[in-house]
Amino acid sequence: MTETAAITAPARIGDAAIALNGVDVAFRLADGGVYRAVQSATLAVADGEFVSIVGPTGCGKSTLLNIAAGLLAPAAGHVDIFGNVLATLNRQAGYLFQADALFPWKTALENVAIGLETAGTPQAEARARAGDWLSRVGLGSFGDRYPHMLSGGQRKRVGLAQVLIRDPKILLMDEPFGPLDAQTRQIMGNLLLDLWSADRKAVLFVTHDLEEAIALSDRVVIMSAGPAARIIGDWRVKLSRPRDIAEIKLDPAFHDLHREIWQMLKSEVIKGYAQAERA
Amino acid sequence: MTRIKLLLLQIMVAVVSLAIWHILTTYPIFGRMLLPPFFFSNPVEVVKQIYVWFATGVIWKHLYVTLIEAMLAFAIGSVGGVLVGFWFARQPRTAAVFDPYVKMANALPRVVLAPIFTLWLGLGIWSKVALGVTLVFFIVFFNVYQGVKEVSPTVLANARMLGMSERQLMRHVYWPSALSWMFSSLHTSVGFAVVGAVVGEYLGAAAGLGYLIQQAEGVFDVAGVFAGMFVLAAFVIVIDTIVTIVEKRLLVWRPVVGEARP
Repeated sequence: MTETAAITAPARIGDAAIALNGVDVAFRLADGGVYRAVQSATLAVADGEFVSIVGPTGCGKSTLLNIAAGLLAPAAGHVDIFGNVLATLNRQAGYLFQADALFPWKTALENVAIGLETAGTPQAEARARAGDWLSRVGLGSFGDRYPHMLSGGQRKRVGLAQVLIRDPKILLMDEPFGPLDAQTRQIMGNLLLDLWSADRKAVLFVTHDLEEAIALSDRVVIMSAGPAARIIGDWRVKLSRPRDIAEIKLDPAFHDLHREIWQMLKSEVIKGYAQAERA
Repeated sequence: MTRIKLLLLQIMVAVVSLAIWHILTTYPIFGRMLLPPFFFSNPVEVVKQIYVWFATGVIWKHLYVTLIEAMLAFAIGSVGGVLVGFWFARQPRTAAVFDPYVKMANALPRVVLAPIFTLWLGLGIWSKVALGVTLVFFIVFFNVYQGVKEVSPTVLANARMLGMSERQLMRHVYWPSALSWMFSSLHTSVGFAVVGAVVGEYLGAAAGLGYLIQQAEGVFDVAGVFAGMFVLAAFVIVIDTIVTIVEKRLLVWRPVVGEARP
């Protein structure tokens, strides 16, 4: 059913959509010291592959995403995007943030259209396409609402449309459904899989929810507790697609895999909490 | 509470206050006048004075002068505040250099500047405008500065990931954020523009509401002082109402506390 690979074999690293090569992340502290968040992370995401990173709180999962987005520069190592070293902002990636990232002074429609307008698409055309995208995420009649008039789940849908309308080759997602309730998460998960299966972008998805990770992904990567968090496990999820998030959780194969990964994750989660208590 | 009931209660407060004022200044209580009319006048006299001003039309000229001064002070102060606020927020080094001087200038009681402005700019409207500008500028400046500085880092990161250039960031992120902060202080800054104009007039002018009050005070015409105050109060309420309407249109995207989701 499942196979446990060691740390990702760098076999396909050349043609990978995202390749982290021995990436270290360090932050300068106020007292002059250096906090090493992530240590020698090596990970490749193939084109069209859905990879989730799971790890305890504060292990630097989000930091890795920021590295892949080019919002943050690694202290050591380098990031390759489709074989080219990333030096500036990752122009091929769309990023769905954990916190609210919509522009509060723009309506839902304007929020979705802005990604095209910045790229020089005429406003009328951008707005028309934004309307289409709002319909695709099920918010066709909500175009004139401002973000504060939408629920948390609706805001995430707008965010998803805002990112996908630019048709990025890579999708980076930072616990995007974290603040939502359980039912809404399931609906959003299925929506995401639907949209993704249409054109199979490379996805790097960060979450602390192992079930969500397995249900969505082709591969699940486990990180250890920080500081100096490392990638300590890499599982391939061999469940068939298309999947339904709710149904797949009843599959025995799902349970086997979950149990196997949880064995490793559990000790890291406990370490992570102990770390947080001390801090 | 319904609107009508609220309005009635509000009117009642005015009626009761005026009645107490009238009784205490007109009828002796236990053989003593509690509020001597010479110092407190009485509502009838004040209303008469206001009526005379409006009937003869003298008041319009003074209202017009004060309004023009306040509007100029608000416009110039706002433009200056927005420009400098943006500049300082985007150039932290400049802001750090000027920081102590900004604090110093802001801490200075503006009234002491009035004589200087009168010397420099004469007794006409510009010395009053200058006084108003020094008040409005700092309110707008601090709000715009804050607005640019406090753009949510997530929104900013999102904007950059959506491919915005520096200029587009300015237009779609910093500018709306700064404006929202500025508009939220609109009541204060408009109020201060009026304060600057009236105080300036009071200290030396040839026209305006402040001048009117100062003239009445000079001849111990207490009814005139009160009449001037009431006209000024009504003037401020009218302006404040207009500001509220403008604000509602401009800040339509902002959540109202306690508002039900439509």
